[in-house]
Amino acid sequence: MNRLMRRTLAIATAAALLTAAAACSDDGQTPPAGVEVPGVTATEIVVGTHMPLTGPASAGYSEIAPASKAYFDYVNANGGVNGRKITYKIMDDGYNPANTQTVVRQLVLQDKVFAILNGLGTPTHSGVLDFLKTNRVPDLFVASGSRNWNQPDKYPGTFGFNTDYTVEGKILATHVKANFAGKKTCFFGQDDDFGRDSLVGVEAVLGAGAVVAKEKYVVTNQNVAPQIGALKAAGCEVVVLATVPGFTALSVGTAARLGFRPQWVVSNVGSDYQTLSKLLGEGKVLLEGVVGASNLPAPLDLNDPWTAMFKKIHDKYNGSAPFNGNTVYGMSVAYTFVQALQNAGKDLTREGLLAAVEKNGFTGPGYAPFRYSKTDHSGYGGYRLTKIEAGTQVFFGPVYTTDDTPTSPVTEYPTPRPTPPAVTLP
Amino acid sequence: MNLLRSATLLRHLALTLLAGFALYLLSLELDPFRNFQLATVAAYLCATAGLTVLTGLSGQLSLGHGALMAVGAYTVALCQNTLAEHDVTGNGVLPLSLLAGVLVTMAAGFVIGLAAARLRGPYLAGVTLAVAVAVPAATVTFDELFNSEQGLGVYVEPPPLSLGPYFPNERWQAWIALLGALLTMLLLANLVRGRFGRTLRAVRDDEVAARLSGIDVARAQVQAFVVSAAGAGLGGGLLAVLAQSVSPGAFSLTLSLFLLMAVVIGGLGSLSGAVWGALLLVALPDLAHQVSSGLVASSPAAAQRLEGNLPLLVFGLTLIVVMIAMPGGVQGLLHRVTGWARRRLPSR
Repeated sequence: MNRLMRRTLAIATAAALLTAAAACSDDGQTPPAGVEVPGVTATEIVVGTHMPLTGPASAGYSEIAPASKAYFDYVNANGGVNGRKITYKIMDDGYNPANTQTVVRQLVLQDKVFAILNGLGTPTHSGVLDFLKTNRVPDLFVASGSRNWNQPDKYPGTFGFNTDYTVEGKILATHVKANFAGKKTCFFGQDDDFGRDSLVGVEAVLGAGAVVAKEKYVVTNQNVAPQIGALKAAGCEVVVLATVPGFTALSVGTAARLGFRPQWVVSNVGSDYQTLSKLLGEGKVLLEGVVGASNLPAPLDLNDPWTAMFKKIHDKYNGSAPFNGNTVYGMSVAYTFVQALQNAGKDLTREGLLAAVEKNGFTGPGYAPFRYSKTDHSGYGGYRLTKIEAGTQVFFGPVYTTDDTPTSPVTEYPTPRPTPPAVTLP
Repeated sequence: MNLLRSATLLRHLALTLLAGFALYLLSLELDPFRNFQLATVAAYLCATAGLTVLTGLSGQLSLGHGALMAVGAYTVALCQNTLAEHDVTGNGVLPLSLLAGVLVTMAAGFVIGLAAARLRGPYLAGVTLAVAVAVPAATVTFDELFNSEQGLGVYVEPPPLSLGPYFPNERWQAWIALLGALLTMLLLANLVRGRFGRTLRAVRDDEVAARLSGIDVARAQVQAFVVSAAGAGLGGGLLAVLAQSVSPGAFSLTLSLFLLMAVVIGGLGSLSGAVWGALLLVALPDLAHQVSSGLVASSPAAAQRLEGNLPLLVFGLTLIVVMIAMPGGVQGLLHRVTGWARRRLPSR
């Protein structure tokens, strides 16, 4: 018998043995064993997230998940939720959708997380919706204002967190209509759902013909001079920006160089004063008078009881990181999640958690309430406007709420926020 | 047995069937996450195998294979979505889309190959680098079709119901990708063993001598580019199917460079080397993540800084070590070890 023959025989024997072993394994006809809830034990709840910790989108955003974790550490130090401590697994996807696929699978299939919390980004998170649905993993408080998360029929387990971009566009436009009537209004937005949804909201309030010029940009091209030049040529007096912080700064800076000084009205995502002034450096004086929107307490305003509470926890559990808008955001997400866990009760199940979120009734640091219900899975339902005055960002006017239907009105929301619970640092 | 030895096609077919059978059994044993990784390895393998034929055998450098993968991925995405919109669904649709992806990428490879055949060394690298940068940018310019940087979702049929209602989707994905990879390996193995492979080697080793032997050098080089593009197109298409989405961020210049590094580390010019390369592309980031998450306990700040950056570091270091210690790559090392062992052990 020659060598090749012998080798072939050996391999064939091994293969036959393997088949026999495989025949004993499950063949897809039986449901996978799982009486207990994945990620939940008597003492622990494992939750995961995907975040850009590295790469172009990481600036600022990389501070969100550590802030959430700090809040969980605080809750754990006080005994956890119903005796269970929260373990928060943070995975880096570098804002690359292909990486998101891998890390979310790792979290769900390997680490067996109970839920995915606050996954960041529209392009990144869109790709894992189907996967999370198939595996029946609760997908809570997605960190983006895309309207994709609000599809309760198609994705029953997915809930957004941010006020959606159309609602935001409507609220910004309401301010423009009331205060800058008769002025030429223009729009500059990111070339994706963010910019598009925002424009839908702006046009819903101002009317389709009222936006004189519309320009768009992509994040990988830092040169916005052509677009800003076009806005100047169109004679714009008010420009609504649906931009991320880097591009708000670029727009304002480029316009100043071109001698173009319109009234800027900026989306929440790109209007945090601390981030912008750091980006613009000396040029931060250009930000005076910029109108923005926010629904969470200002990180600089320590008189705000919620900011004060978060700052206290931050100093103890996340002290090496800066305390800014991203920190407040991360803590607000964690605060709401803990509330959802408490409402879901002692016998924690995935179905129970989803039901608790749909039942809503959450209160917390947000000015406008959450819209969650059986038929609505989008996040916060409104904003309060902010203005940059003498180097600080201050809230002004009432809290506005509305929904993403173009025809529904923008209304004022009178109910004040509750006072936060007392912080007991052990 | 002598028949198997003498007939290359038969031998390759038998090997492929055997490998396919072994991998099938493996996919039954693996948990869903490992199956997904296996599928990703298979998708990368299509691309690295194509690239190793181009760079290793015909001696042409390509820094643009990530972009060629993007061409395949976007074609598959557009085909799948258009067909789904017109209610043409079913499991027979996917092979058609993948085929379309391969064909379109081959056309792109042909065009690049025409330019590449006239260029040498750094100029060739420059042109392919331009491709790597231009293709993702094209998705932004034609944003009506490609939806800019947000990319497109890809409609993918769930596993057929005949496999059972609880059949893990990841195993199904692994099967699709493995089928593609095995087919690629079979075809490429036959191609490089035959006249085509000899021609490419002749061109790589000495263009003048090849020309004197009656070989049309430019033609051979263009052919090599087209064959290599086919692999990249299939790999990209499979990645799109696995991720159920395509976006320019997934096919950046970094991917092109990683592919090249993978084939060099695996062993340039050998198809088995391409397997090692594809394995490394998936294993190294995973390994690096485990290292950095192991660090969390001792130093959270260091772990946070390393997370995401560590794979780059490890890849770079591996490349340097491999270049110094074993220029033939992993496959070259294995070859030397088995050769040494064979000399040491008395023949049976």
